[in-house]
Amino acid sequence: MLRFAHLLDRLLYAPQRNTKLKLMADYFRSAPDPDRGIALAALAGALEVKSAKPSMIRALVMQRVDPELFGWSYDFVGDLAETTALIWPERPTNRAAPALGEIPSELDGLSAAAASEVIESWLDTLDATGRWALLKLVTGGMRVGVSARLAKTALAEAFGREVDEIEEIWHGLEPPYGELFDWLEGQSDQPDMSQRAVFRPLMLANPLEEGDLARLDLSQYVAEWKWDGIRVQIASRGGEVRLYSRTGDDISAAFPDIVDLVSFEGVLDGELLVQRDGEVAPFNDLQQRLNRKRVTRRMLQDHPAHIRLYDILFDGDEDLRSLPFTERRGRLERFLEREQPERTDLSEIVNFEDLEALEALRDACRGEQLEGLMLKRRDSVYIAGRPKGPWFKWKRDALTLDTVVMYAQRGHGKRSSFYSDFTFGAWREGEGGPELVPVGKAYSGFTDEELKRLDKWVRDNTVQRYGPVREVAHGLVVEVAFDSVHRSSRHKSGVAMRFPRFHRIRWDKPVEEADRLESLEKLIV
Amino acid sequence: MARAARRASWIRVRPEGLLVEPGGFYVDPTRAVERAVITHGHADHARPGHGAVAATPATLAIMRTRYGETPFGTGQPLAFGETISINGVSVRLVPAGHVLGSAQVVLEYKGERVVVSGDYKRRPDRTCAGFEPVPCDVFVTEATFGLPVFRHPPDEDEIATLMHSRRLFPERCHVIGTYSLGKAQRLISLIRAAGYDRPLYLHGALIPLCDLYQAHGVDLGELLPATAGEKGKPRADLSGEIVLAPPSAIADRWARRLPDPVVAMASGWMRVKQRAKQGGVELPLVISDHADWDELLQTLDDVGAPEVWVTHGREEALVHAARQKGIEAKALRLLGYEEEG
Ligand SMILES: [Zn+2]
Ligand SMILES: [Zn+2]
Repeated sequence: MLRFAHLLDRLLYAPQRNTKLKLMADYFRSAPDPDRGIALAALAGALEVKSAKPSMIRALVMQRVDPELFGWSYDFVGDLAETTALIWPERPTNRAAPALGEIPSELDGLSAAAASEVIESWLDTLDATGRWALLKLVTGGMRVGVSARLAKTALAEAFGREVDEIEEIWHGLEPPYGELFDWLEGQSDQPDMSQRAVFRPLMLANPLEEGDLARLDLSQYVAEWKWDGIRVQIASRGGEVRLYSRTGDDISAAFPDIVDLVSFEGVLDGELLVQRDGEVAPFNDLQQRLNRKRVTRRMLQDHPAHIRLYDILFDGDEDLRSLPFTERRGRLERFLEREQPERTDLSEIVNFEDLEALEALRDACRGEQLEGLMLKRRDSVYIAGRPKGPWFKWKRDALTLDTVVMYAQRGHGKRSSFYSDFTFGAWREGEGGPELVPVGKAYSGFTDEELKRLDKWVRDNTVQRYGPVREVAHGLVVEVAFDSVHRSSRHKSGVAMRFPRFHRIRWDKPVEEADRLESLEKLIV
Repeated sequence: MARAARRASWIRVRPEGLLVEPGGFYVDPTRAVERAVITHGHADHARPGHGAVAATPATLAIMRTRYGETPFGTGQPLAFGETISINGVSVRLVPAGHVLGSAQVVLEYKGERVVVSGDYKRRPDRTCAGFEPVPCDVFVTEATFGLPVFRHPPDEDEIATLMHSRRLFPERCHVIGTYSLGKAQRLISLIRAAGYDRPLYLHGALIPLCDLYQAHGVDLGELLPATAGEKGKPRADLSGEIVLAPPSAIADRWARRLPDPVVAMASGWMRVKQRAKQGGVELPLVISDHADWDELLQTLDDVGAPEVWVTHGREEALVHAARQKGIEAKALRLLGYEEEG
């Protein structure tokens, strides 16, 4: 337990992805079974452990601590589990500290009262960090900035494997993952998942760079629309149906309107959208569904989900990934005819004569829920990852706006000493004349050199500090690029940009010449 | 000892600080005064500009190092255990275990004994003399970590965490934020005690006091400047090394030139995660030169004073806990002391 506690503690503070990976890999290599399996489950959000309510923790600590002292302490620390971990007055005990691997099973099936007693006795055996980790584990709130994907990547790195090899079997495995570790350590074969609805790593497209077009033999490619939704995989095998995000996160629970209607067996690839009366709704509508763990009936009615299919990986248990695209496409069409799956349709093949026609199609994307075009080589087999060459995404040009920098905040990780997160605004008519209203935030799109100069500019032009945030004089224009703009009641300006980033820093431009809010409103889809 | 109507009524709280009235001197005044007794060299306790200053020789030397050759009018060195009389008040200095030269001030007047602790800690520290409890009528204590959530872990565990991180990230530079007086030297001595004998690299602000410690016979091993040449910027070849710097330098421009630094901070405040995260610290090390909660309470028991005054820190909790022990307690609410931890 203590090793896991120290891992969690360090992960909490580690700003860099690489640091997190190393910390976890070190742990996975050296911690014993079944502890490391339980740790993996906890980090990947896959651990089912009898949960303790905050009220139970509070009751435990109040039995031992003076209420006033606890009150002052809690005010200072600001977190119940942490306060309890730090303040806990240990009583001498003969018990040994619990091993992480035994915690879920020891708690399993206990009444709340019995669980509370066991947790109390464990608290006496641990130090403050150990108690903190235990309380986070049993209250179900790790929050150390690790995604399931990152935990699996660390596991792969620990044993010199590809993360996709782990993804291929992940969803068929259960904590404490004994067979997974056996395979990773070379003691057994890779577990067989052919009969399970596991996630199959996706094939991804590269952005089409300038110059690519001239080199491509367009006759070898087919085009499809690139829809403004999220990429998903729907897997069904042996009665088990799962919906996975691009990174393999299981999002089935949020989309019963898709999952419950599946009657086919196979694995399909497509774009998840919200669609009403055959019309694709703006991305914002989908966002509403994605933000929820559980979905209300009302949500299901107002924001019906839909999948636009563009590939097939498995028909039943037949693996089609080594077939060329055109053959897979044929199999997909026949599959859909045969199975008639609900809430789906087929991604249209966009015909084009030549490059000019293709460009015109792409430029016409604006205003609809289209982000641009996909180009897929006719002979491309389905390869996990992002191979260079077979698939391209060709996004329409971004929109841009000249804005004025209003606030800056320090970044994270390597950038923690730089002011690298910027809030920018556009002009509007206020009561006392023109005023700036914030329209977005951006923290990318500049070079390291530019960042240095921006940082210096912020420090030299600060007018007010609010904790980590600095308000700056209105003196710098930035041309921001963004993919689209939507109405938003959550923003003071009433609009929200999608993917805003720096396009150009206009050191030269007078702030009065920056754009007005109305220009942005005109771009709303 | 007869119980007075009010204990130690000869000591008063003034805007300048704690005044020993019949003696005509202050202890650790926060403004310049005629005559002062100084517990230790931290800037908030040892301000420059007093007329006459009595303190341990090490504290006087620290003040000279920090403020130049004339930090006060006249300095009166007072060895531990030596007793002097200032206008009829007997004054003796006893080790406080906080930093080099740090002392408690034992005051006696008309049969009453008052001990002003200054800042103190109770755990062993190879860089200064250890705290000695002195039985007294009134104990004047600090309460920097006066909340029961502050219970410092064993120092060796924190150093082990640092060493584990070094093994895990051998190519990165570990830069540790640390106060220049006391914490830096103790940290170095703890690192040395863990068997680390590579050179340690110091930000320029830490060098004079480390030199002073070594001149006072505290062995810190090989120390090298972390800066080279132009304008105090870090040298470029510090991959895999340990660098010590003042807290203000670690999160700012100075640390940027270090090779992929792991930013660490050694302080009792690192116990609270929110505090550590706010400071942008990647590797918090809970190492403090102040008594933690358990040690504060232990000290109240050890000195056995029927009355306790709390000078600075989180007074209310310590006053509350002292009263629960049947000790009379009050907060003096002295202003001007900082939260160095
Ligand atoms: Zn001090
Ligand atoms: Zn102090």
